[in-house]
Amino acid sequence: MISPRYVREVPQRYRLEASKCKTCGKINFPPRLICPSCKSREFETITLSDKGKILTYTVIRVASAIFSRETPYAVAIIETTEGAKLMAMIADTNLDDVAIGKKVKLVFRKIQDEGVSGLHCYGYKAIVI
Amino acid sequence: MIGIIGYGSYLPRYRIKVEDIAKEWGSDPESIKKGLKLFEKTVPGLDEDTITISVQAAKNALKRAQINPKEIGAVYIGSESHPYAVKPSGTILIDALGIGPDVHVASYEFACKAGTEAMFVANSLVKSGEVKYALAIGADTSQGAPGDALEYSASAGGSAFIIGQENVIAEILFSNSYTSDTPDFWRREREFYPRHAGRFTGEPAYFRHVVSAGKLLLEKSDMKPEDFDFAVFHMPNGKFPQVAGKKLGFTEKQMETGWIAPWMGNTYSGSSPTGLSAVLDEAKPGNKIFMVSFGSGAGSDGFIFNVTDKILEVQDKAPKVREMLDNNKIYLDYGGYAKFREKIILNE
Amino acid sequence: MKDVAVIGIGMTKFGELWNKSIKDIFVEASLKAIDNAGVDHIDSMYVGAMSSGLFVGQEHIAAVMADYLGMGPVPSTHVESACASGGMAFRQAYLDVASGNSEIVLAAGVEKMNDGADATAVLATAADQEYEVYNGITFPGLYAMMANAHMHDFKTTPEQLAAVAVKNHHNGFNNPNAQFRSEITIDTVLNSTLVADPLHLLDCSPVTDGGAAVILCPLDMAKNFTDKAVKIIASTQASGTISLYERESFTSIKAVVKAAEKAYKQANLKPSDIDFAEVHDCFTISEIIVSEDLGFFNKGKGGFAVQEGKTSIETGEIPINTSGGLKSKGHPVGATGIAQVIELYEQLTEQAGKRQVKNAHIGMAQNMGGSGASCTINILEAL
Repeated sequence: MISPRYVREVPQRYRLEASKCKTCGKINFPPRLICPSCKSREFETITLSDKGKILTYTVIRVASAIFSRETPYAVAIIETTEGAKLMAMIADTNLDDVAIGKKVKLVFRKIQDEGVSGLHCYGYKAIVI
Repeated sequence: MIGIIGYGSYLPRYRIKVEDIAKEWGSDPESIKKGLKLFEKTVPGLDEDTITISVQAAKNALKRAQINPKEIGAVYIGSESHPYAVKPSGTILIDALGIGPDVHVASYEFACKAGTEAMFVANSLVKSGEVKYALAIGADTSQGAPGDALEYSASAGGSAFIIGQENVIAEILFSNSYTSDTPDFWRREREFYPRHAGRFTGEPAYFRHVVSAGKLLLEKSDMKPEDFDFAVFHMPNGKFPQVAGKKLGFTEKQMETGWIAPWMGNTYSGSSPTGLSAVLDEAKPGNKIFMVSFGSGAGSDGFIFNVTDKILEVQDKAPKVREMLDNNKIYLDYGGYAKFREKIILNE
Repeated sequence: MKDVAVIGIGMTKFGELWNKSIKDIFVEASLKAIDNAGVDHIDSMYVGAMSSGLFVGQEHIAAVMADYLGMGPVPSTHVESACASGGMAFRQAYLDVASGNSEIVLAAGVEKMNDGADATAVLATAADQEYEVYNGITFPGLYAMMANAHMHDFKTTPEQLAAVAVKNHHNGFNNPNAQFRSEITIDTVLNSTLVADPLHLLDCSPVTDGGAAVILCPLDMAKNFTDKAVKIIASTQASGTISLYERESFTSIKAVVKAAEKAYKQANLKPSDIDFAEVHDCFTISEIIVSEDLGFFNKGKGGFAVQEGKTSIETGEIPINTSGGLKSKGHPVGATGIAQVIELYEQLTEQAGKRQVKNAHIGMAQNMGGSGASCTINILEAL
């Protein structure tokens, strides 16, 4: 079962916890042990804001089995207001309204199910506002 | 003073109209609209469930309560569509909101009144001094069997209430409960759809319990219907609450603000709680609110609220029920609805 | 470090090889290379494969292949870097010979993708599992995001993307081993179903079974075996950011830029010195972006270049993917990097038939993994 793998990512997926490098200020999402920019190993935990904008995106029309019921759906790379980046599925939005530069808010949604008897897996999705 | 210090709701954006369901089964939409006073209902997205709805409603309640989530000592979610049969929905919600780990969590189940169950217990817990704040949620993504009458009303949504003793916006003056073994609607373990007993769900079930609980609550509080500004009842459709309210002596005007089923459907455990939330969105200081829920099986919980001055400071701090009902709607056809509600057999 | 030569090549047809197992495919390609080189033994072997485990349930693949190849108890090493597995296996083989540790080395790649696995899900394991794939992205989706950014920043058009597929099919038509030997038009591409906007089905390389193998030996030994040897003049590798979203640019692939810098330096060459190149066109946009990152065209001009015929065999200043590329030849993941080297070899020894580039002296093979987190570049020179 994927329980241990799932639980480790909960602070990031449920609460958008990231780590900010104390030396150069780069925000790593998810947190890392060593900063890829300046190689420092000291971080502070921050919570990302739930607002951002779309940097690029695509509309997935052929998905793997887990997401095949949801096609077509958009996935976007989003930059949050504090400059962190993440990838999220777009929810509750007409595909025509998804575009580079659009503002989004991040919401808590169910991301996938582990089959019919496994875990419900939650995380963040983005709604164009 | 003990009562609600923050409240919030969440309704999904998707809708389906009564006409589109009726068309599928060869039924007459006009008779349903006239007879049951239902026009359209909310539909949860594939990525929404009782937990995600509860999280959003609770976030809205926290926006109004403005407290540190870590001070919440109990989290109770009432639903008849908990995503897990064994694992309380609240265990996921607390991690999503940064509550706990020193928190008491439980799931409640009592058909459509599981939400007011949670409120009843949360209120008692704060009253006893056991916890500083208790979060009570009623939320559902209920299922109606295809072609069944309940398919027109079973919908999704939920509301959350934080109970505490400071900065109370609606004091809980009285509460009561009325319960009996009345099998009007139930679901056996491992069945996908519920069953119901047709017209037996009316007089012997809904009306008996709502009216009895209502009468006992009026007696207990020594108050009369005219003393109230608002009345909210469980809304399995648009018609039943109006009939029950009138039997108890309330007018349509008193029930109007909380009467949201015609556009929301029946959000089961979220039904009367969301009606209450809609009332709180528009209430003024000094208003009195009368509320009686109903859960099949069967029972009713009753509450009397007294709105305080603080209500005006919080109403605008989070989305209102009327806004969520009226704006940003995305309509589905029956195929889309069936897909979202997982009524289509997949190859798994 | 010694100079190293490629002295023999062999590959299976690329396509849906229902009757051949992963072992059959690997051995068939390797034996062809061994016979082509005229060697009677090998000193070591490198097996490039992305995921025999997820595709056919078989790990320990290097040992399995060493056993089935019947070449004695030689050291056999599995090299994996998603779609760059083949190129990286080639580089490891090169280092094995260049260091003096081995003399005759087999570098072979193989992938058996049609045995029933969910290919979309397996290919997605090349991306970040917890923060990219978890949120619904697919492998084509990652490149589609790069395409959207490239179109937004540089006005690249869907027609320019399609032009890559048209050119590569045109080239692959003349490749007897290609999976697809059919000419297509821009309209065919644009009318094929969308996979991940803006990429259509025909913007995407296919799912393929196939194997490819080459034999390496010290350059000064090559003449013992063949008069058709080709010299390796650069072999480099670089790593980038695994998650597309964490990169500073979505229109340039850092691992490609870095590996290319090192390769040009190693060979003491400039981009304009390269006569032709095999480039990793897992998607049409990949060829466009890489052609810029390799220095053949300025950033943003790759789409215009292919549209203007600058990368065609007939009129191009730098023919790209004369073999048909991944698009037309096929993309049996682990085998691709080796198949690219085979095309360089055939061009440099003037055995490319109707695909022959005139005056082909120096060729470059660029192979990358996933959305570009790893890249190997090999430059070969005619003797």
